[in-house]
Amino acid sequence: MATRDLDIVTSAPLVIRFLPTACLAVAVLVLAAAPWWAGRADLRLLMEVFAYLALAQMWNLLAGYTGLVSVGQQAFVGLGGYLFFALTVFAGIPVLPAMGLAALLTGLIAVPTAGIAFRLNGAYFAIGTWVIAEVFRLLAAQIAALGGGSGISLPAQVVRAMGRRQVMEMTMYYTSFAIGISSVLFVWLLLRSRWGLALAAIRDSELAVETLGVNTQRVKVLIYIVTAAFTALAGSFFFLQKLRITPDAAFSLNDWTAFVIFIVVIGGIGTIEGPILGVIVFFALREIASDWGAWYLMLMGASAIAVMLIDKRGLYGWLKDRLGLVILPTSRHLD
Amino acid sequence: MGIIGPNGAGKSTLFNLIGGALTPSSGTITFKGHDITATRAAHRCHAGIARSFQIPHPFVGMTVYENLLTAASFGNAGFKDSKAACRDILARTGLLPKANRLASSLTLLERKRLELARALATGPELLLLDEIAGGLTEAECHQLVATIKDIHASGVTLIWIEHIIHALLAVVDRIMVIDFGKIVASGPPKQVMADPLVQEIYMGISVDDVA
Repeated sequence: MATRDLDIVTSAPLVIRFLPTACLAVAVLVLAAAPWWAGRADLRLLMEVFAYLALAQMWNLLAGYTGLVSVGQQAFVGLGGYLFFALTVFAGIPVLPAMGLAALLTGLIAVPTAGIAFRLNGAYFAIGTWVIAEVFRLLAAQIAALGGGSGISLPAQVVRAMGRRQVMEMTMYYTSFAIGISSVLFVWLLLRSRWGLALAAIRDSELAVETLGVNTQRVKVLIYIVTAAFTALAGSFFFLQKLRITPDAAFSLNDWTAFVIFIVVIGGIGTIEGPILGVIVFFALREIASDWGAWYLMLMGASAIAVMLIDKRGLYGWLKDRLGLVILPTSRHLD
Repeated sequence: MGIIGPNGAGKSTLFNLIGGALTPSSGTITFKGHDITATRAAHRCHAGIARSFQIPHPFVGMTVYENLLTAASFGNAGFKDSKAACRDILARTGLLPKANRLASSLTLLERKRLELARALATGPELLLLDEIAGGLTEAECHQLVATIKDIHASGVTLIWIEHIIHALLAVVDRIMVIDFGKIVASGPPKQVMADPLVQEIYMGISVDDVA
C-alpha cells in the first residue's frame, strides 16, 4: 500500500488542493452556457451525457457505496419512461411536472419491489433485480393502452405545449443539465452528511456498523428507493428525448444497466468522481467507434476488462494515486 | 463484571446474543426491564448497549476519527458537540495522534483500542468488552486497566471477557465462569477463583492433581 494512503488529508498548498474543484466549477459554468456555443447535435449529445451521468451516479451509490449490486436498474428507467408517457398522454399533465411525478411514483413502486429484492443477498440480489425488471417489461407489453409490445409515441401536441422550438430545446437542455448536476450534488451532500459515514462503514463491516446504532437494512432500502426514483427521472427524460417508447427500449438491460456498469467501473466505483470520468470516456468511445459496428461493443468490453486487470479502482483511483488530488472532498478532519 | 472460561465455552456467543448479532433459539434477553430478544442490534445500541469485537472490525476505508464519528452520530450519546466528544475519547484511549490516519494503517493493538474507543463513542450504559487486553505488554496492560477503571468510574456498567486474568481482577467486582454454555460459578473474584471446580475447568488441572 502506498504511503500516500496513510495521510488521507493532503497537506498540499491551498491553490493546488482546490485546483481540481475550481476546474470542475468552470466546466459546470461552460456547460451551463452550452446553448450559446454548441450546435443542435452537440446539445442532443450533452443531454444524453447528463442523463447517463445521473444513471451512473445512482448505480454507483447503490453498488459502489451501499454494496447492492443491481443489474435491474432498467426496471426504473422503463417505469419512469412509461409513467411519464401515461401521465402526459392520458392525464394531460405538462411535461416537467409529469417527469417529477413519474419519478415519485416509481419510488413508490420500488417499495414493494424492495420487499422482494431484499429477501435476497449478493449474487441472488443481482439476479433478482434483473428478473423484476423482466417482469415489468412483460407487464408493459400487456398494456394495450400504452401500445402493447409495439409501444407508443408522444403525441405532437404534448411536445408543442412546451413552447416554440427554441424554448423547447432550451427547456430540454436545462432539464437534463439539472438532472445530471443534481445527481452529483445529491450524492456529494449525502456522503458529507452522517449518512455518508454510515454508507462508508456498511461497505467495510455491516456487522460492526449495526452495533453502533445504524439500522443497516433501513439505510439500504432507503437508498434503493431513492436511487429508483432518481433513475426514473433520468428514464423519463430519455424517452422525452426519443419521443417514442417500447417495452424493449424502455427495459433494455444493455442500454440502462450494462452501459452504466461500464461507465462506473471504468471511471472508478465507489467514488463520486469516477462516474463523471466514466461518462466522458463512454461517450468519447461511442463517438469515435460507433461506426465500427460490433467492434465498438468489443472495444468497450475489452477496455472494461483492462481497467479491472490493471487497477480495479478505475481511472479515478489511478489518477488519485498518482496526483493525490481530490475533486469533491468528503473526508472529515480532526484538527 | 468479568467473564472467564475456556476456548469455545460460549463467551463471545453470549456477547453476540446480548449485542444482537445473533438471535437466541430459545429464552429471552432483558435489558433495563425491557424484553429485547427481538430487538435489532442498532436499537439495542440506542438503548445503551455497546460492544467491542474480539477480532477487530475497523472501518478501514475511513480515518480513525471518522470511525468514532460514525458511532457518535448514530449511537445513544446525542452529543452536543460530536467532534469534541470524539477528541476526548481518542485522547483517553491514546489514539489522538492517529486521529486522521486511515484505520487500515493501524496495528493490531491500535485496532483493539479503536474497538474500545468506537464503542465508547456510542455513549453506552452497558459496555461489552471482548478480549481487548490480549497481546499487550505489561505496561500497556497497566494503561488499559487504568482506562477501563476510568470508564467504569464514569458510570458505565462493564462486562469484560478476558484471558489475562490479573488485568481482569484489577477491575471487576464480580466474576462469572462459563463452560459449555453454562454458568459454572459466579460471585466475588476471590471466592470464584478459589472454587475447586473453577480451578479444574479453567486451569485445566484436576483438583485431585493439586491435592
